[in-house]
Amino acid sequence: MIRRWFSKNLIKIYAFLAFVYLFIPIAYTMAFSFNDAGKSNLTWRGFTFKNWQNPCGAPEVCSALGNSLKIGFLATTIATILGTMIAFALGRHRFRGRSTVNLLIFLPMATPEIVLGASLLAMFLNLGINPGFWPTVIAHVMFCISFVVVTVKARIASLDPKLEEAAMDLYADEMETFRRVTLPLVAPGIFGAALLAFSLSFDDFIITNFNSGTLTTFPKFVYIASARGIPAQANVIGSSMFILALTIVLAGQLVNRRKAR
Amino acid sequence: MAFIAAVTKRSSIARGIKRPSTPYLLLIPGLAWLFLFFVYPLINLASTSTQTPAASGEIGAYVQSFRFANYFDAISGAKEQFIRSIIYALIATVIALAISYPLAYAIAFKSGKWKNLLLVLVVAPFFTSFLLRTIAWKQILGDQGPVVTVLRFLHILSPQAGLTASAFAVVTGMTYNFLPFMTLPLYASLERIDPRVLEAAGDLYANAITTFRKVTFPLSMPGVVAGTLLTFIPAAGDYINATLLGNPRTKMIGNVIESRFFEIVDYPTAAALSFLLMAAILVLVAVYVRRSGTEELV
Repeated sequence: MIRRWFSKNLIKIYAFLAFVYLFIPIAYTMAFSFNDAGKSNLTWRGFTFKNWQNPCGAPEVCSALGNSLKIGFLATTIATILGTMIAFALGRHRFRGRSTVNLLIFLPMATPEIVLGASLLAMFLNLGINPGFWPTVIAHVMFCISFVVVTVKARIASLDPKLEEAAMDLYADEMETFRRVTLPLVAPGIFGAALLAFSLSFDDFIITNFNSGTLTTFPKFVYIASARGIPAQANVIGSSMFILALTIVLAGQLVNRRKAR
Repeated sequence: MAFIAAVTKRSSIARGIKRPSTPYLLLIPGLAWLFLFFVYPLINLASTSTQTPAASGEIGAYVQSFRFANYFDAISGAKEQFIRSIIYALIATVIALAISYPLAYAIAFKSGKWKNLLLVLVVAPFFTSFLLRTIAWKQILGDQGPVVTVLRFLHILSPQAGLTASAFAVVTGMTYNFLPFMTLPLYASLERIDPRVLEAAGDLYANAITTFRKVTFPLSMPGVVAGTLLTFIPAAGDYINATLLGNPRTKMIGNVIESRFFEIVDYPTAAALSFLLMAAILVLVAVYVRRSGTEELV
Protein backbone atom coordinates (compact mmCIF):
# COMPACT_ATOMS: atom_id res chain seq x y z
CA MET A 1 0.00 0.00 0.00
CA ILE A 2 2.67 2.46 1.09
CA ARG A 3 4.94 1.22 -1.64
CA ARG A 4 2.33 1.76 -4.32
CA TRP A 5 1.60 5.28 -3.07
CA PHE A 6 5.31 5.91 -3.06
CA SER A 7 5.92 4.76 -6.63
CA LYS A 8 2.83 6.59 -7.87
CA ASN A 9 3.98 9.85 -6.30
CA LEU A 10 7.69 9.37 -6.83
CA ILE A 11 8.01 12.27 -9.21
CA LYS A 12 6.14 14.59 -6.86
CA ILE A 13 8.34 13.59 -3.94
CA TYR A 14 11.37 14.20 -6.09
CA ALA A 15 10.08 17.64 -7.12
CA PHE A 16 9.38 18.46 -3.49
CA LEU A 17 12.94 17.54 -2.53
CA ALA A 18 14.26 19.62 -5.42
CA PHE A 19 12.36 22.61 -4.06
CA VAL A 20 13.74 21.99 -0.59
CA TYR A 21 17.21 21.99 -2.15
CA LEU A 22 16.45 25.24 -3.98
CA PHE A 23 15.27 26.97 -0.83
CA ILE A 24 17.81 25.81 1.76
CA PRO A 25 20.36 28.55 0.91
CA ILE A 26 17.59 31.16 0.89
CA ALA A 27 16.41 29.98 4.29
CA TYR A 28 20.00 30.26 5.48
CA THR A 29 20.37 33.79 4.13
CA MET A 30 17.15 34.80 5.88
CA ALA A 31 17.92 33.03 9.15
CA PHE A 32 21.33 34.65 9.38
CA SER A 33 19.80 38.10 8.93
CA PHE A 34 18.50 37.54 12.49
CA ASN A 35 21.88 36.41 13.78
CA ASP A 36 23.34 38.34 16.67
CA ALA A 37 26.63 38.32 14.80
CA GLY A 38 29.75 40.13 15.72
CA LYS A 39 32.16 40.68 12.90
CA SER A 40 31.71 37.41 11.12
CA ASN A 41 28.26 36.11 10.27
CA LEU A 42 29.28 32.53 9.53
CA THR A 43 28.17 30.86 12.75
CA TRP A 44 24.94 31.20 14.73
CA ARG A 45 25.23 33.33 17.88
CA GLY A 46 21.64 33.97 18.88
CA PHE A 47 18.45 35.60 17.67
CA THR A 48 18.08 39.38 17.36
CA PHE A 49 16.01 41.97 15.51
CA LYS A 50 18.71 44.60 15.67
CA ASN A 51 20.02 44.02 12.13
CA TRP A 52 16.54 44.58 10.71
CA GLN A 53 16.05 47.70 12.86
CA ASN A 54 19.28 49.15 11.56
CA PRO A 55 19.91 47.80 8.03
CA CYS A 56 22.42 50.56 7.30
CA GLY A 57 24.34 49.78 10.49
CA ALA A 58 27.30 48.23 8.72
CA PRO A 59 29.61 50.71 7.03
CA GLU A 60 29.12 51.15 3.28
CA VAL A 61 26.36 48.59 2.94
CA CYS A 62 23.66 51.16 2.12
CA SER A 63 25.81 53.27 -0.19
CA ALA A 64 26.61 50.07 -2.10
CA LEU A 65 22.90 49.26 -2.23
CA GLY A 66 22.17 52.80 -3.43
CA ASN A 67 24.69 52.43 -6.27
CA SER A 68 23.19 49.10 -7.28
CA LEU A 69 19.68 50.54 -7.33
CA LYS A 70 20.75 53.59 -9.37
CA ILE A 71 22.64 51.47 -11.89
CA GLY A 72 19.76 48.98 -11.99
CA PHE A 73 17.11 51.63 -12.71
CA LEU A 74 19.16 53.40 -15.39
CA ALA A 75 20.28 50.19 -17.11
CA THR A 76 16.76 48.70 -16.95
CA THR A 77 15.15 51.80 -18.44
CA ILE A 78 17.59 52.10 -21.34
CA ALA A 79 17.76 48.36 -22.05
CA THR A 80 13.97 47.97 -21.92
CA ILE A 81 13.43 50.82 -24.40
CA LEU A 82 16.13 49.69 -26.84
CA GLY A 83 15.27 46.00 -26.49
CA THR A 84 11.53 46.56 -26.94
CA MET A 85 12.19 48.53 -30.14
CA ILE A 86 14.29 45.68 -31.53
CA ALA A 87 11.63 43.16 -30.47
CA PHE A 88 8.96 45.09 -32.39
CA ALA A 89 11.19 45.29 -35.46
CA LEU A 90 11.77 41.52 -35.33
CA GLY A 91 8.23 40.58 -34.38
CA ARG A 92 6.25 42.91 -36.59
CA HIS A 93 8.40 43.59 -39.66
CA ARG A 94 10.05 41.72 -42.43
CA PHE A 95 13.42 43.11 -43.48
CA ARG A 96 16.77 42.11 -44.85
CA GLY A 97 19.49 41.08 -42.44
CA ARG A 98 17.02 39.56 -40.00
CA SER A 99 19.13 36.50 -39.23
CA THR A 100 22.19 38.69 -38.63
CA VAL A 101 20.19 40.69 -36.10
CA ASN A 102 19.03 37.48 -34.42
CA LEU A 103 22.63 36.29 -34.20
CA LEU A 104 23.78 39.61 -32.74
CA ILE A 105 21.07 39.32 -30.09
CA PHE A 106 21.96 35.72 -29.29
CA LEU A 107 25.75 36.13 -29.05
CA PRO A 108 25.98 38.26 -25.86
CA MET A 109 23.88 35.63 -24.06
CA ALA A 110 26.28 32.89 -25.22
CA THR A 111 29.44 34.74 -24.25
CA PRO A 112 30.88 34.06 -20.79
CA GLU A 113 30.49 37.08 -18.53
CA ILE A 114 34.18 37.27 -17.87
CA VAL A 115 34.85 37.78 -21.59
CA LEU A 116 32.18 40.50 -21.81
CA GLY A 117 33.60 42.25 -18.76
CA ALA A 118 37.24 41.96 -19.76
CA SER A 119 36.66 43.11 -23.35
CA LEU A 120 34.70 46.19 -22.27
CA LEU A 121 37.28 47.17 -19.68
CA ALA A 122 40.10 46.74 -22.22
CA MET A 123 38.23 49.06 -24.59
CA PHE A 124 37.55 51.67 -21.91
CA LEU A 125 41.20 51.63 -20.87
CA ASN A 126 42.34 51.97 -24.50
CA LEU A 127 40.06 54.97 -24.93
CA GLY A 128 41.37 56.49 -21.71
CA ILE A 129 37.99 56.20 -19.99
CA ASN A 130 38.22 55.35 -16.30
CA PRO A 131 35.98 52.55 -15.07
CA GLY A 132 33.22 53.74 -12.75
CA PHE A 133 29.51 54.51 -12.65
CA TRP A 134 28.77 55.18 -16.34
CA PRO A 135 30.93 52.40 -17.78
CA THR A 136 29.04 50.04 -15.46
CA VAL A 137 25.66 51.35 -16.66
CA ILE A 138 26.80 50.96 -20.29
CA ALA A 139 27.93 47.38 -19.61
CA HIS A 140 24.66 46.47 -17.87
CA VAL A 141 22.54 47.87 -20.71
CA MET A 142 24.62 45.81 -23.15
CA PHE A 143 24.00 42.45 -21.48
CA CYS A 144 20.35 43.22 -20.60
CA ILE A 145 19.24 44.17 -24.15
CA SER A 146 19.27 40.57 -25.44
CA PHE A 147 17.16 39.28 -22.56
CA VAL A 148 14.62 42.10 -23.09
CA VAL A 149 14.42 41.35 -26.83
CA VAL A 150 13.83 37.63 -26.26
CA THR A 151 11.15 38.22 -23.60
CA VAL A 152 9.21 40.93 -25.46
CA LYS A 153 9.48 39.11 -28.81
CA ALA A 154 7.88 36.03 -27.27
CA ARG A 155 4.97 38.16 -26.07
CA ILE A 156 4.52 39.82 -29.47
CA ALA A 157 4.58 36.42 -31.18
CA SER A 158 1.77 35.19 -28.93
CA LEU A 159 -0.57 38.06 -29.87
CA ASP A 160 -3.53 37.44 -32.13
CA PRO A 161 -3.09 39.73 -35.20
CA LYS A 162 -6.88 39.77 -35.55
CA LEU A 163 -7.10 42.17 -32.60
CA GLU A 164 -5.07 44.77 -34.47
CA GLU A 165 -7.02 44.14 -37.66
CA ALA A 166 -10.22 44.71 -35.70
CA ALA A 167 -8.90 48.06 -34.44
CA MET A 168 -8.10 49.04 -38.01
CA ASP A 169 -11.58 47.98 -39.12
CA LEU A 170 -12.96 50.33 -36.48
CA TYR A 171 -11.11 53.19 -38.17
CA ALA A 172 -8.19 53.47 -35.79
CA ASP A 173 -5.11 54.66 -37.64
CA GLU A 174 -1.74 52.98 -37.29
CA MET A 175 -0.57 55.12 -34.38
CA GLU A 176 -3.85 54.74 -32.52
CA THR A 177 -3.90 50.98 -33.05
CA PHE A 178 -0.40 50.75 -31.71
CA ARG A 179 -1.07 52.98 -28.72
CA ARG A 180 -4.47 51.61 -27.71
CA VAL A 181 -4.33 47.97 -28.78
CA THR A 182 -0.84 46.63 -29.47
CA LEU A 183 1.05 48.36 -26.68
CA PRO A 184 -1.38 47.47 -23.86
CA LEU A 185 -1.35 43.85 -25.05
CA VAL A 186 2.44 43.70 -25.13
CA ALA A 187 2.80 45.65 -21.86
CA PRO A 188 2.94 42.60 -19.54
CA GLY A 189 5.82 41.26 -21.64
CA ILE A 190 7.64 44.58 -21.41
CA PHE A 191 7.05 44.70 -17.67
CA GLY A 192 8.38 41.17 -17.27
CA ALA A 193 11.41 42.03 -19.39
CA ALA A 194 12.11 45.10 -17.24
CA LEU A 195 11.92 42.99 -14.06
CA LEU A 196 14.30 40.46 -15.57
CA ALA A 197 16.71 43.20 -16.68
CA PHE A 198 16.63 44.77 -13.23
CA SER A 199 17.33 41.52 -11.45
CA LEU A 200 20.18 40.71 -13.87
CA SER A 201 21.69 44.15 -13.37
CA PHE A 202 21.20 44.21 -9.61
CA ASP A 203 22.76 40.78 -9.15
CA ASP A 204 25.63 41.11 -11.60
CA PHE A 205 29.07 40.76 -10.16
CA ILE A 206 31.59 39.67 -12.79
CA ILE A 207 31.00 42.34 -15.45
CA THR A 208 30.53 44.98 -12.75
CA ASN A 209 33.76 44.00 -11.06
CA PHE A 210 35.63 44.67 -14.29
CA ASN A 211 34.02 47.99 -15.17
CA SER A 212 33.17 49.73 -11.92
CA GLY A 213 36.64 50.74 -10.73
CA THR A 214 36.41 51.94 -7.15
CA LEU A 215 32.61 52.17 -7.16
CA THR A 216 31.02 49.60 -4.84
CA THR A 217 27.77 47.86 -5.77
CA PHE A 218 25.88 45.53 -3.47
CA PRO A 219 27.27 42.25 -4.92
CA LYS A 220 30.74 43.79 -4.94
CA PHE A 221 30.31 44.79 -1.31
CA VAL A 222 29.40 41.20 -0.39
CA TYR A 223 32.37 39.86 -2.35
CA ILE A 224 34.88 42.20 -0.76
CA ALA A 225 33.37 41.68 2.70
CA SER A 226 33.45 37.89 2.31
CA ALA A 227 37.20 37.92 2.91
CA ARG A 228 36.82 39.30 6.44
CA GLY A 229 33.21 38.42 7.29
CA ILE A 230 29.95 39.66 5.81
CA PRO A 231 27.86 41.82 8.14
CA ALA A 232 24.37 40.50 8.92
CA GLN A 233 22.98 43.70 7.36
CA ALA A 234 23.88 42.30 3.94
CA ASN A 235 21.57 39.36 4.72
CA VAL A 236 18.84 41.81 5.75
CA ILE A 237 19.09 43.56 2.38
CA GLY A 238 19.31 40.27 0.47
CA SER A 239 16.23 38.93 2.27
CA SER A 240 14.25 42.15 1.72
CA MET A 241 15.02 42.11 -2.00
CA PHE A 242 13.89 38.48 -2.14
CA ILE A 243 10.60 39.20 -0.39
CA LEU A 244 10.01 42.33 -2.49
CA ALA A 245 10.67 40.57 -5.81
CA LEU A 246 8.53 37.57 -4.85
CA THR A 247 5.68 39.90 -3.81
CA ILE A 248 5.83 41.82 -7.12
CA VAL A 249 5.79 38.64 -9.20
CA LEU A 250 3.02 36.95 -7.22
CA ALA A 251 0.93 40.15 -7.24
CA GLY A 252 1.40 40.32 -11.01
CA GLN A 253 0.16 36.75 -11.35
CA LEU A 254 -2.88 37.47 -9.19
CA VAL A 255 -3.76 40.51 -11.32
CA ASN A 256 -3.41 38.41 -14.47
CA ARG A 257 -5.67 35.74 -13.04
CA ARG A 258 -8.31 38.34 -12.13
CA LYS A 259 -8.16 39.74 -15.66
CA ALA A 260 -8.47 36.30 -17.19
CA ARG A 261 -11.66 35.70 -15.25
CA MET B 1 -13.10 56.28 -49.19
CA ALA B 2 -12.60 55.48 -45.56
CA PHE B 3 -13.50 51.90 -46.28
CA ILE B 4 -10.82 51.62 -48.96
CA ALA B 5 -8.31 53.23 -46.61
CA ALA B 6 -9.22 50.72 -43.94
CA VAL B 7 -8.84 47.84 -46.36
CA THR B 8 -5.39 48.94 -47.49
CA LYS B 9 -4.28 49.45 -43.90
CA ARG B 10 -5.57 46.06 -43.01
CA SER B 11 -3.72 44.31 -45.78
CA SER B 12 -0.55 46.18 -44.92
CA ILE B 13 -0.74 44.91 -41.34
CA ALA B 14 -1.38 41.40 -42.55
CA ARG B 15 1.77 41.57 -44.63
CA GLY B 16 3.59 42.92 -41.63
CA ILE B 17 4.98 45.87 -43.55
CA LYS B 18 4.17 49.42 -42.58
CA ARG B 19 6.89 51.66 -43.91
CA PRO B 20 10.01 49.97 -45.25
CA SER B 21 12.26 52.21 -43.14
CA THR B 22 10.40 51.55 -39.85
CA PRO B 23 12.20 48.33 -38.85
CA TYR B 24 15.59 49.91 -39.39
CA LEU B 25 14.68 52.97 -37.32
CA LEU B 26 13.58 50.64 -34.53
CA LEU B 27 16.75 48.60 -34.77
CA ILE B 28 19.39 51.32 -35.04
CA PRO B 29 19.69 52.51 -31.41
CA GLY B 30 19.81 49.05 -29.84
CA LEU B 31 22.07 47.53 -32.46
CA ALA B 32 24.38 50.55 -32.29
CA TRP B 33 24.70 49.91 -28.56
CA LEU B 34 25.57 46.25 -29.17
CA PHE B 35 28.08 47.15 -31.88
CA LEU B 36 29.82 49.77 -29.75
CA PHE B 37 29.83 47.87 -26.46
CA PHE B 38 29.84 44.22 -27.51
CA VAL B 39 31.22 43.71 -31.03
CA TYR B 40 33.83 46.47 -31.00
CA PRO B 41 35.25 45.51 -27.56
CA LEU B 42 35.65 41.93 -28.79
CA ILE B 43 37.59 43.12 -31.85
CA ASN B 44 39.62 45.36 -29.59
CA LEU B 45 40.28 42.41 -27.28
CA ALA B 46 41.42 40.33 -30.25
CA SER B 47 43.88 43.07 -31.07
CA THR B 48 45.07 43.24 -27.45
CA SER B 49 45.69 39.49 -27.43
CA THR B 50 48.64 39.72 -29.84
CA GLN B 51 50.32 42.74 -28.23
CA THR B 52 53.69 42.74 -26.45
CA PRO B 53 55.00 44.96 -23.63
CA ALA B 54 55.98 48.46 -24.73
CA ALA B 55 59.68 49.32 -24.96
CA SER B 56 59.25 51.91 -22.21
CA GLY B 57 58.67 49.08 -19.75
CA GLU B 58 55.76 50.97 -18.16
CA ILE B 59 53.31 48.66 -16.41
CA GLY B 60 50.14 48.15 -18.44
CA ALA B 61 51.56 49.66 -21.64
CA TYR B 62 51.47 47.35 -24.65
CA VAL B 63 52.10 47.73 -28.38
CA GLN B 64 50.70 45.74 -31.26
CA SER B 65 53.19 43.29 -32.71
CA PHE B 66 50.92 40.46 -33.92
CA ARG B 67 52.59 37.96 -31.65
CA PHE B 68 50.29 34.94 -31.98
CA ALA B 69 52.63 32.95 -29.76
CA ASN B 70 50.86 34.80 -26.92
CA TYR B 71 48.16 32.19 -27.25
CA PHE B 72 50.58 29.31 -26.72
CA ASP B 73 52.19 31.05 -23.78
CA ALA B 74 48.79 31.78 -22.28
CA ILE B 75 47.53 28.22 -22.58
CA SER B 76 50.72 26.59 -21.36
CA GLY B 77 50.58 28.79 -18.25
CA ALA B 78 46.96 27.95 -17.50
CA LYS B 79 46.37 24.50 -18.97
CA GLU B 80 45.42 23.01 -15.63
CA GLN B 81 42.83 25.67 -14.79
CA PHE B 82 41.47 25.50 -18.32
CA ILE B 83 40.82 21.76 -18.24
CA ARG B 84 39.47 22.06 -14.71
CA SER B 85 36.94 24.71 -15.78
CA ILE B 86 35.61 22.51 -18.56
CA ILE B 87 35.41 19.43 -16.29
CA TYR B 88 33.74 21.25 -13.37
CA ALA B 89 31.28 22.89 -15.75
CA LEU B 90 30.46 19.53 -17.36
CA ILE B 91 29.89 17.84 -14.00
CA ALA B 92 27.74 20.73 -12.76
CA THR B 93 25.71 20.61 -16.00
CA VAL B 94 25.08 16.85 -15.77
CA ILE B 95 23.99 17.06 -12.11
CA ALA B 96 21.80 20.06 -12.87
CA LEU B 97 20.16 18.08 -15.67
CA ALA B 98 19.56 15.12 -13.33
CA ILE B 99 17.94 17.40 -10.74
CA SER B 100 16.02 19.56 -13.20
CA TYR B 101 14.51 17.01 -15.56
CA PRO B 102 12.18 15.31 -13.07
CA LEU B 103 11.43 18.70 -11.53
CA ALA B 104 10.50 20.25 -14.89
CA TYR B 105 8.53 17.09 -15.74
CA ALA B 106 6.56 17.31 -12.50
CA ILE B 107 5.77 21.00 -13.05
CA ALA B 108 4.76 20.45 -16.68
CA PHE B 109 2.57 17.36 -16.20
CA LYS B 110 1.66 16.91 -12.53
CA SER B 111 1.21 20.34 -10.99
CA GLY B 112 -2.31 21.27 -12.17
CA LYS B 113 -3.36 24.71 -11.00
CA TRP B 114 -0.12 25.23 -9.06
CA LYS B 115 1.93 25.39 -12.25
CA ASN B 116 2.51 29.15 -12.32
CA LEU B 117 3.32 29.35 -8.63
CA LEU B 118 5.85 26.51 -8.91
CA LEU B 119 7.50 28.22 -11.87
CA VAL B 120 7.90 31.37 -9.79
CA LEU B 121 9.45 29.27 -7.04
CA VAL B 122 11.97 27.81 -9.50
CA VAL B 123 13.18 31.31 -10.37
CA ALA B 124 12.90 32.54 -6.78
CA PRO B 125 16.56 31.80 -5.88
CA PHE B 126 17.47 34.46 -8.44
CA PHE B 127 15.73 37.03 -6.27
CA THR B 128 18.46 36.83 -3.66
CA SER B 129 21.97 37.83 -4.47
CA PHE B 130 24.12 35.28 -6.31
CA LEU B 131 26.94 35.99 -3.86
CA LEU B 132 24.78 35.61 -0.75
CA ARG B 133 23.52 32.25 -2.03
CA THR B 134 27.10 31.11 -2.57
CA ILE B 135 28.07 32.27 0.93
CA ALA B 136 25.06 30.37 2.26
CA TRP B 137 26.52 27.20 0.74
CA LYS B 138 29.75 27.93 2.55
CA GLN B 139 27.77 27.90 5.80
CA ILE B 140 25.70 24.84 4.89
CA LEU B 141 28.79 22.81 3.97
CA GLY B 142 30.88 24.37 6.74
CA ASP B 143 32.32 22.41 9.65
CA GLN B 144 29.50 23.48 11.98
CA GLY B 145 26.88 23.09 9.24
CA PRO B 146 24.20 20.38 9.05
CA VAL B 147 25.76 18.34 6.23
CA VAL B 148 29.11 17.81 7.92
CA THR B 149 27.44 17.16 11.29
CA VAL B 150 25.27 14.40 9.82
CA LEU B 151 28.09 12.86 7.78
CA ARG B 152 30.36 12.84 10.81
CA PHE B 153 27.64 11.30 12.96
CA LEU B 154 27.23 8.55 10.35
CA HIS B 155 31.01 8.13 10.26
CA ILE B 156 31.07 8.84 6.56
CA LEU B 157 33.35 11.77 7.27
CA SER B 158 36.15 11.53 9.80
CA PRO B 159 36.01 14.14 12.61
CA GLN B 160 38.84 16.13 11.03
CA ALA B 161 37.55 16.07 7.46
CA GLY B 162 35.41 18.86 6.07
CA LEU B 163 33.62 19.70 2.85
CA THR B 164 34.39 23.38 2.23
CA ALA B 165 37.41 24.65 0.34
CA SER B 166 37.16 21.67 -1.99
CA ALA B 167 36.28 20.74 -5.55
CA PHE B 168 33.08 19.21 -4.18
CA ALA B 169 31.99 22.55 -2.71
CA VAL B 170 32.80 24.42 -5.93
CA VAL B 171 30.78 22.03 -8.09
CA THR B 172 27.91 22.06 -5.57
CA GLY B 173 27.80 25.85 -5.69
CA MET B 174 27.94 25.93 -9.49
CA THR B 175 25.19 23.31 -9.82
CA TYR B 176 22.94 25.25 -7.48
CA ASN B 177 23.57 28.70 -8.88
CA PHE B 178 22.84 27.81 -12.49
CA LEU B 179 20.00 25.35 -11.86
CA PRO B 180 17.10 27.59 -12.97
CA PHE B 181 18.85 28.07 -16.34
CA MET B 182 18.42 24.32 -16.78
CA THR B 183 14.92 23.93 -15.38
CA LEU B 184 13.18 26.70 -17.35
CA PRO B 185 14.06 25.59 -20.91
CA LEU B 186 13.32 21.96 -19.95
CA TYR B 187 9.93 23.00 -18.63
CA ALA B 188 9.23 25.06 -21.76
CA SER B 189 9.87 22.11 -24.08
CA LEU B 190 8.04 19.55 -21.92
CA GLU B 191 5.03 21.81 -21.52
CA ARG B 192 4.66 22.05 -25.30
CA ILE B 193 4.25 18.27 -25.68
CA ASP B 194 0.69 17.38 -26.56
CA PRO B 195 -0.59 14.94 -23.88
CA ARG B 196 -2.50 13.13 -26.63
CA VAL B 197 0.82 12.03 -28.13
CA LEU B 198 1.67 10.36 -24.83
CA GLU B 199 -1.79 8.76 -24.67
CA ALA B 200 -1.29 7.47 -28.20
CA ALA B 201 1.95 5.80 -27.12
CA GLY B 202 0.06 4.12 -24.29
CA ASP B 203 -2.70 3.00 -26.69
CA LEU B 204 0.00 1.36 -28.79
CA TYR B 205 0.98 -0.75 -25.76
CA ALA B 206 4.10 1.21 -24.81
CA ASN B 207 4.66 1.06 -21.07
CA ALA B 208 5.61 4.14 -19.06
CA ILE B 209 9.34 3.63 -19.54
CA THR B 210 9.11 3.01 -23.28
CA THR B 211 6.82 6.03 -23.70
CA PHE B 212 9.34 8.19 -21.92
CA ARG B 213 12.31 6.81 -23.83
CA LYS B 214 10.73 6.84 -27.29
CA VAL B 215 8.35 9.80 -27.09
CA THR B 216 8.73 12.21 -24.18
CA PHE B 217 12.49 12.44 -24.05
CA PRO B 218 13.08 12.90 -27.81
CA LEU B 219 10.37 15.58 -27.89
CA SER B 220 12.02 17.41 -25.00
CA MET B 221 15.43 17.39 -26.71
CA PRO B 222 15.37 21.13 -27.64
CA GLY B 223 14.90 21.93 -23.96
CA VAL B 224 17.73 19.59 -22.96
CA VAL B 225 20.06 21.24 -25.46
CA ALA B 226 19.08 24.80 -24.51
CA GLY B 227 19.27 24.03 -20.78
CA THR B 228 22.67 22.37 -20.92
CA LEU B 229 24.09 25.25 -22.97
CA LEU B 230 22.64 27.91 -20.68
CA THR B 231 24.14 26.07 -17.69
CA PHE B 232 27.47 25.07 -19.19
CA ILE B 233 28.46 28.45 -20.67
CA PRO B 234 28.19 30.57 -17.50
CA ALA B 235 29.59 27.71 -15.40
CA ALA B 236 32.73 27.40 -17.55
CA GLY B 237 33.45 31.12 -17.25
CA ASP B 238 32.53 31.43 -13.57
CA TYR B 239 35.09 32.15 -10.88
CA ILE B 240 32.92 33.23 -7.94
CA ASN B 241 32.18 29.69 -6.77
CA ALA B 242 35.85 28.76 -7.13
CA THR B 243 36.88 31.82 -5.12
CA LEU B 244 34.32 31.56 -2.32
CA LEU B 245 33.99 27.77 -2.01
CA GLY B 246 37.29 26.47 -3.33
CA ASN B 247 40.96 26.42 -2.49
CA PRO B 248 44.07 27.36 -4.50
CA ARG B 249 43.94 23.93 -6.18
CA THR B 250 40.40 24.50 -7.51
CA LYS B 251 41.13 27.73 -9.38
CA MET B 252 39.35 28.04 -12.70
CA ILE B 253 40.13 29.85 -15.94
CA GLY B 254 38.03 32.81 -14.77
CA ASN B 255 40.31 33.22 -11.75
CA VAL B 256 43.33 33.28 -14.05
CA ILE B 257 41.83 35.84 -16.43
CA GLU B 258 40.79 38.04 -13.51
CA SER B 259 44.19 37.97 -11.83
CA ARG B 260 46.01 38.51 -15.14
CA PHE B 261 43.88 41.59 -15.63
CA PHE B 262 43.93 43.15 -12.19
CA GLU B 263 46.90 41.80 -10.31
CA ILE B 264 49.52 41.21 -12.97
CA VAL B 265 48.18 43.82 -15.45
CA ASP B 266 49.04 41.40 -18.26
CA TYR B 267 46.30 42.39 -20.70
CA PRO B 268 47.51 40.34 -23.72
CA THR B 269 47.47 37.06 -21.78
CA ALA B 270 44.08 37.86 -20.25
CA ALA B 271 42.76 38.66 -23.73
CA ALA B 272 44.24 35.51 -25.26
CA LEU B 273 42.75 33.34 -22.48
CA SER B 274 39.34 34.99 -22.96
CA PHE B 275 39.40 34.07 -26.63
CA LEU B 276 40.58 30.55 -25.92
CA LEU B 277 37.71 30.13 -23.46
CA MET B 278 35.22 31.41 -26.04
CA ALA B 279 36.72 29.16 -28.73
CA ALA B 280 36.59 26.09 -26.48
CA ILE B 281 32.97 26.81 -25.61
CA LEU B 282 31.98 27.40 -29.24
CA VAL B 283 33.64 24.17 -30.38
CA LEU B 284 31.99 22.12 -27.63
CA VAL B 285 28.65 23.76 -28.33
CA ALA B 286 28.92 23.15 -32.08
CA VAL B 287 29.82 19.47 -31.62
CA TYR B 288 27.11 19.00 -29.03
CA VAL B 289 24.37 20.74 -31.00
CA ARG B 290 25.25 18.74 -34.12
CA ARG B 291 25.29 15.42 -32.27
CA SER B 292 21.99 16.06 -30.55
CA GLY B 293 20.44 16.90 -33.91
CA THR B 294 18.70 20.13 -33.00
CA GLU B 295 20.53 22.56 -35.21
CA GLU B 296 17.56 24.82 -35.78
CA LEU B 297 17.65 25.74 -32.11
CA VAL B 298 20.44 28.28 -32.19
